[in-house]
Amino acid sequence: MTALLPAPRRRRPGIGPVLTYLSLIVAASVVLIPLVVVLLTSLKTSREVAGGGALSLPDDWLNLGNYATAFSDGKMLTAFGNTAFILLFSVAGTVVIGSMTAYAIDRFDFKARKLVVALFLIATLVPGVTTQVATFQVVNSFGLFDTRWAPILLYMGTDIVSIYIFLQFIRGIPTSLDEAARLDGANAFTIFWRIIFPLLKPAIATVVIVKGITVYNDFYIPFLYMPSEEHGTISTALFRFKGPFGAHWENISAGAILVIVPTLIAFLFLQRYIYNGFAQGATK
Amino acid sequence: MTKTTNRATAHSAGTAVSPPGRTAIPSGPPASPPRSWRSHPLRRATPWLFLVVPLALLITFTYVPVGNMLYYSFTDWDGVSPTRNFTGVDNYKQLFTRPELFRVFFVSFYYLAASVVQIAIALYFATVLSFDLRFRNFFKGILFFPYLINGVAIGFVFLYFFQDGGTLDSVLSWFGADTGHAWLGDPESANTSLAGVSVWRFTGLNFVLFLGAIQSIPGELYEAAQLDGASRWQQFRHIIAPSIKPVLSLSVILAVSGSLAVFEIPYIMTGGATGTSTFVIQTVKLAFQFNKTGLASAAAVVLLLIILLITWIQRRLVPDERVDLV
Repeated sequence: MTALLPAPRRRRPGIGPVLTYLSLIVAASVVLIPLVVVLLTSLKTSREVAGGGALSLPDDWLNLGNYATAFSDGKMLTAFGNTAFILLFSVAGTVVIGSMTAYAIDRFDFKARKLVVALFLIATLVPGVTTQVATFQVVNSFGLFDTRWAPILLYMGTDIVSIYIFLQFIRGIPTSLDEAARLDGANAFTIFWRIIFPLLKPAIATVVIVKGITVYNDFYIPFLYMPSEEHGTISTALFRFKGPFGAHWENISAGAILVIVPTLIAFLFLQRYIYNGFAQGATK
Repeated sequence: MTKTTNRATAHSAGTAVSPPGRTAIPSGPPASPPRSWRSHPLRRATPWLFLVVPLALLITFTYVPVGNMLYYSFTDWDGVSPTRNFTGVDNYKQLFTRPELFRVFFVSFYYLAASVVQIAIALYFATVLSFDLRFRNFFKGILFFPYLINGVAIGFVFLYFFQDGGTLDSVLSWFGADTGHAWLGDPESANTSLAGVSVWRFTGLNFVLFLGAIQSIPGELYEAAQLDGASRWQQFRHIIAPSIKPVLSLSVILAVSGSLAVFEIPYIMTGGATGTSTFVIQTVKLAFQFNKTGLASAAAVVLLLIILLITWIQRRLVPDERVDLV
């Protein structure tokens, strides 16, 4: 703004902007210091961690031994594999299910349409954490407990936010496109797959990013439904560091950094989509 | 070649049906093929073919659990045995009369207070960064990034942060404050610390929501206000505040229901020890450690009702035009 307009003359320049930048620097430090300290700790040897203070620098900046330990003893490779598997299926499923639902709700007039919309609307009010006591029994009765399909189905089946994102977007696609295709002899499925779905690309990108990050970070569902170690996701595998590594902060820190780095990379490359996606996801 | 002929017939058919919207009711000779397709039973079934899987998932994983939960809450079921006895409202009576079960509600107040702080901080930085600043995107990124980090990683980062001789103690000693205080040692300090972690984690989301709302205000409004001699505060009060009202009310509702449903951070960091157990931690422990499915269900029903009540109040106070989705 100061670039566009001259600052009001009656104010002395200086103190306002200085305080503004000061507050920003303080906030940035509050965010960064805890993370940087953990990064430093992950590069230290266990003797350095025991001897030096939290803010001391590691002797060897390329000491990646803790990362190797975290990978091998912490079963992080299996965990990344499981997370990738769950991520792939649940995100793909969410996109297909969300877009189909949005298409059916927006493009068809049928008797129970209002009821269907109401079912999805009311479900947004039910917070997932409260119902897990009973959801657990449902999942268990399908024999899905401690399989990777339990979280996949739960992530797919309870994502109403993505339906809204698709619904908003599909409304902007003119119905004349559907009509033209229908008169050309296309049936509803052809119209959906050939015409609507390809046009949904921006909405799909949003859903993939938001859902992907949510699934990647989720702890509660894998913790409840996949207790065995071989089915650990990155969250639950990292959580298990607490026991065997006890006070070995250098290993725990390495594990935490391993989990944060993919998020950081995704954030740096997809910043704009991420801001928009989460803003859209939260307000719907 | 066939395509062009198709389109030609399509065109003539399109003019015959008027208006050509999707709500158009067939009103002509029923002989024409597209119209008979409209009333065909297969066509009436089409939306349901799209909806069958989503609805099945929705009902299986949302409505069936809610129904079952209501039912379990009136029984003494342990979650495993085939028998369960109907006990009426006994579970609910226990919830409200046993102080150790009821106490967890008070922990929510720490998180509620934290979310007030969180919204205030987010609002401040959203206002500041809506103006053109140096390194604007850099600061925006840093403030938002914690929201994206894995909760378990955050838990460990802050366990080290609050540890004896950890990050916080070291930073404080720079400023000469030498505290031997065990941050997670007593209930009050532990809950305050954990609520602080929650502020660290979630401010970014509020901030980006507010920033988005502020940036959607047309720039001419500020220019006009400046020409009229409005101060920064007056601009905030009369231009920014009204336009972020919907997002603000959304943040408040998220904050209230969020502070009742806190689970991850305290569970990962303290496991609910030293008085940091929250409602969800207690419910999970009742259900999965002590096999008290009935009592846990009653607790979950109470939480669900509270959240529905809060949502209802919010909808009454701030009528939201977006509720009407279709």
